[in-house]
Amino acid sequence: MNIYLLASLLLFPLLFSCEVLGPAEPEDYELLDGPVEDLTMAEIKRFIEGDVAFNDQIFTVETGLGPIFTGTSCVSCHAGDGKGHPFVKFTRFGQSFPGVNNYLNQGGPQLQNKAIPGYEPEILPSGAPHSSLVAPIVTGLGFLDAVSDQDIIDMSDPDDLDGDGISGRVHWNTRPDYVSDRPGTITLDGKYISRFGKKARVYDLLHQTADAYNQDIGITSYFEPYDTYSGDKLNPEIDRQTISDVVFYLKTLKAPIPRDQDNPDVIAGKALFQNIQCASCHKPTLETGYSPIEAISFKEFHPYTDLLLHDMGPELDDGYTEGYAYSNEWRTAPLWGIGLSKDSQGGQYYLLHDGRARSIEEAILYHGGEAENSKNMYQGLDQNEKSQLLKFIESL
Amino acid sequence: MKTFTLKYLKINLIILGTFCFSSTFSQENEELITNKNNEKAELNMDAVFNRPTLGFDKIPVTLGGYLEANTMYRIEEGITEGLSFQARRLTIFMAASISDRIKFLTEIEFEDGGKEVAIEFAALDVAFHPLFNFRGGIVMNPIGAFNENHDGPKWEFVERPDVSVNMLAATQSNAGFGAYGKTYSGNWIFGYEAYLTNGFNSKIISNEQDKTYLPAYKEGEDIFEDNFSGKAMFSGKLAIKNRNIGEIGLSYMGGVYNKFEDDDEEVEDKARVDVLAIDWNTTIRATGTYIVGEAAWVWVQTPDTYTQQYGNKQQGVFMDIVQPAYKRKIFEWEDATFNLAVRFDYVDWNVGKFTETNTNIGDQIIAITPALSFRPTPKTVFRINYRYEWQKDILNNPAEKAATWYLGFSSYF
Repeated sequence: MNIYLLASLLLFPLLFSCEVLGPAEPEDYELLDGPVEDLTMAEIKRFIEGDVAFNDQIFTVETGLGPIFTGTSCVSCHAGDGKGHPFVKFTRFGQSFPGVNNYLNQGGPQLQNKAIPGYEPEILPSGAPHSSLVAPIVTGLGFLDAVSDQDIIDMSDPDDLDGDGISGRVHWNTRPDYVSDRPGTITLDGKYISRFGKKARVYDLLHQTADAYNQDIGITSYFEPYDTYSGDKLNPEIDRQTISDVVFYLKTLKAPIPRDQDNPDVIAGKALFQNIQCASCHKPTLETGYSPIEAISFKEFHPYTDLLLHDMGPELDDGYTEGYAYSNEWRTAPLWGIGLSKDSQGGQYYLLHDGRARSIEEAILYHGGEAENSKNMYQGLDQNEKSQLLKFIESL
Repeated sequence: MKTFTLKYLKINLIILGTFCFSSTFSQENEELITNKNNEKAELNMDAVFNRPTLGFDKIPVTLGGYLEANTMYRIEEGITEGLSFQARRLTIFMAASISDRIKFLTEIEFEDGGKEVAIEFAALDVAFHPLFNFRGGIVMNPIGAFNENHDGPKWEFVERPDVSVNMLAATQSNAGFGAYGKTYSGNWIFGYEAYLTNGFNSKIISNEQDKTYLPAYKEGEDIFEDNFSGKAMFSGKLAIKNRNIGEIGLSYMGGVYNKFEDDDEEVEDKARVDVLAIDWNTTIRATGTYIVGEAAWVWVQTPDTYTQQYGNKQQGVFMDIVQPAYKRKIFEWEDATFNLAVRFDYVDWNVGKFTETNTNIGDQIIAITPALSFRPTPKTVFRINYRYEWQKDILNNPAEKAATWYLGFSSYF
């Protein structure tokens, strides 16, 4: 064979097949990460800065990790911006009743159960009330952050005046000094509406970010300067710009995109979701108020939450609470992205606050308290209807 | 690897230039031994001296080196950063026979366009007996097949094996000394190496890879000046070869890697790293097929209270199969050869199960790389590689897929 012919034959397909022979790009709806639409170019650059800090910055002993900690980076708890894996489950402890944590001088409220070599991690004090928590999905947080205080108050019904058995209430809580008011902030007796976290303990995304760097990774900052190990006020181990970029990244992560919305089973399941009153707490549609980020300002979105605290019954009552919530109260978890959570949890479901539910159905069956009626109605569905409902939830 | 200042770099280049220009005649040393002519080659451990060099009349010094460059087009989950051109490394080696029994050889590598300059090898060898040679200086730790035999022109692949460079720490060299030797009997060759050198450091369990990562020790300060743990690391290898069958090597290195004492006070529990590797190479006579590979295991002691992000057991393997497919004279090149080749890579950086869930920990990569290479002479290789890889994160989430095209060359000079 002519050697040049052979070479040409081998090179020809190479030149034209580079892209064809690479792995295909996943569809947008298969991924949780990515920016919201219509960001300006300057905003996209800032999003990327935050993306790098959130997903690529690993803390080491030299860069301030610990000395006691629970994770080494943001991404160790939020792989792919999705729900956390029990491998980095964290424990919060010390508070049984609204307003008082009696274990702050014993390491509370968060247990740093890992330590760099040469140090001893914290041990849960005997008898301390506590909850184990897996990290939540972080996409779409900017939309939740931009819901107006008034809208949250309007969804609440603390005395169940409408008589539907559901009495969601606002978590009025204190907040750190370094956070700022949102447009239209409403206060009550010096307290503010907090909305993030399993117990809606956290006021906004700056509060969440600075707190997580400090409590999860052991990183001191301008905002949270106290070392979790020594209690001493230390120099910042992360700069304000990085924290600001991460906050911007979290604000501008896109909302999860539902899948299979034309599937007849999904459509039927959506109707069942309304019929058995899941939607009373897992509200399908909310609206943002004003945001300085135009792409998330005055938008309708579909998180399946009301951002309120609800009594979830004794089975989910760990005896631990935060802020001014009761121990049986949990903030309605947004359901968006739940069908993709397996992709960040090692191919398996670990649902509810501590990952105890290994399937969506199991999570439903753990519901109690204000959700008892809905659970009972779910149990009354026939097998086909249950399947339709589960398919709908998985499509979110 | 030790990073040089520009000043030292200039001095080295002046010395090299002086040797070049002071020679009125030079001749090429024909003792090039590539991994294709396994039968006549000696052991893998001899690779450091089995390189083509230029000798100079009246000066007992030989010079050589190699250059590697390539283009790369990578597609990761459907997204590409476009075409890149890379000048990966320029390596210069210089050997001197100081007397009949005393040799010196150094290998200086410039990587990424000179961003990193490193002495990979700089050792004085004193031959007392074929079974006992002293070697001291900056020595290559004899672990696996690749570390001591890493010259680009010897391989059909642009990328180095994952297990060798991303689990082990090739090219790994350390300051230290030891001995090596060989003996022969009929078709059998037996060799050994044993060195005491500086060891690893705590970077291997605290690094921006967020995994136990032996190559991270290179980020440590003064690694050629200061032994981080204060305890010597042992590395050694036993190799046996049958000229008709092939070679197999068993290598080990290990020692304490952490600074467990400071100012004579104990500040941490002692923690060890231990590495075991098996390597092999053979040529199937009937077909001319050349096979080379290595498998390695790493055990690292980490505190129970540290994070499982950093595993305490790792394993990996690579295997290359190279098939000469077409050999003839092309232009003025006698025996120009086209080779078809394929490489299999596998590394698991964290072998075990999560304590919390009893499910498998991920942190693995599998890759397969078909290749076509053209060797106009044994010293020069042009190569086209297509690498397809599946990489799982620590949580064992669905693998991220990536494909990379390479077109490049590597040549001794």
